[in-house]
Amino acid sequence: MSARLSAFGAGLLFGIGLWLSEMANPRKVLDFLDVTGDWDPSLALVMAGAVAVTLVAFRPVMKWPRPLLASSFALPTLKEIDAPLVAGAAVFGLGWGIGGYCPGPALTALANPSVEPFVFVAAMVAGGLIESATHRQGR
Amino acid sequence: MENFTPVPALLGGVLIGLASVWLLAANGRIAGISNILHGLFARVPGDLAWRGWFIGGLVAAGFLWHALGLAPAPREGFGLGWALAAGLLVGYGTRMSNGCTSGHGVCGLGRLSLRSLVAVVTFMLTGALAVYVVRHLFGVAS
Repeated sequence: MSARLSAFGAGLLFGIGLWLSEMANPRKVLDFLDVTGDWDPSLALVMAGAVAVTLVAFRPVMKWPRPLLASSFALPTLKEIDAPLVAGAAVFGLGWGIGGYCPGPALTALANPSVEPFVFVAAMVAGGLIESATHRQGR
Repeated sequence: MENFTPVPALLGGVLIGLASVWLLAANGRIAGISNILHGLFARVPGDLAWRGWFIGGLVAAGFLWHALGLAPAPREGFGLGWALAAGLLVGYGTRMSNGCTSGHGVCGLGRLSLRSLVAVVTFMLTGALAVYVVRHLFGVAS
């Protein structure tokens, strides 16, 4: 299998997981974050199910000499808990709680017959570009 | 809690975890959606194709779910101004912190990354805060 087909398949499976779990439904996400309202704990189980798999499988796989279809692993190297990490996560959370979309669900929701995910995704790309333009030089 | 759907939530989560292991084992990449998306615009030579194909698969899953008649009705009446503001914050914040629910959550926690744990706790807290303010103080139907 080619690396491109593999990436497509992984994205497809990831997306099916988002729809099956209802992570792709922004109302469901907001009901999860609405801890003072009519709280729906379902999405805690989405994270639990996903992390259970990565906890078991990631560390053995990362010890392989190389991945199956690429010459090397590209893994995060940052270790420091710094201000951009905390501030960025805080800003992301605010947007997540306003819209009910994080990046994966927003992208797979582009299949919806609705303009809302397009507005969100376009703004998300723009937000990333603004961050790069304003902060990257100074680091 | 009458909307609690534990079984599909857990099964869907397992699929998301398996997809993340797949991308790591086969392509050697972390399935962090925000970084995959932002990287499309960083124009690193030779690094674009897998990102485009992964996102293509993600979008294809949405069309598949609609074709099977399983997708819930899209939300109506949520102001596009709110969607625009939310998207800007999500894009800006995930770029600044190098990750989102998938990169820091699903993958980072799986790697036992302390950075990711700090990010996850932070965005869960501010996410709940935003819902409280927007839904309960401003009374926006979302």
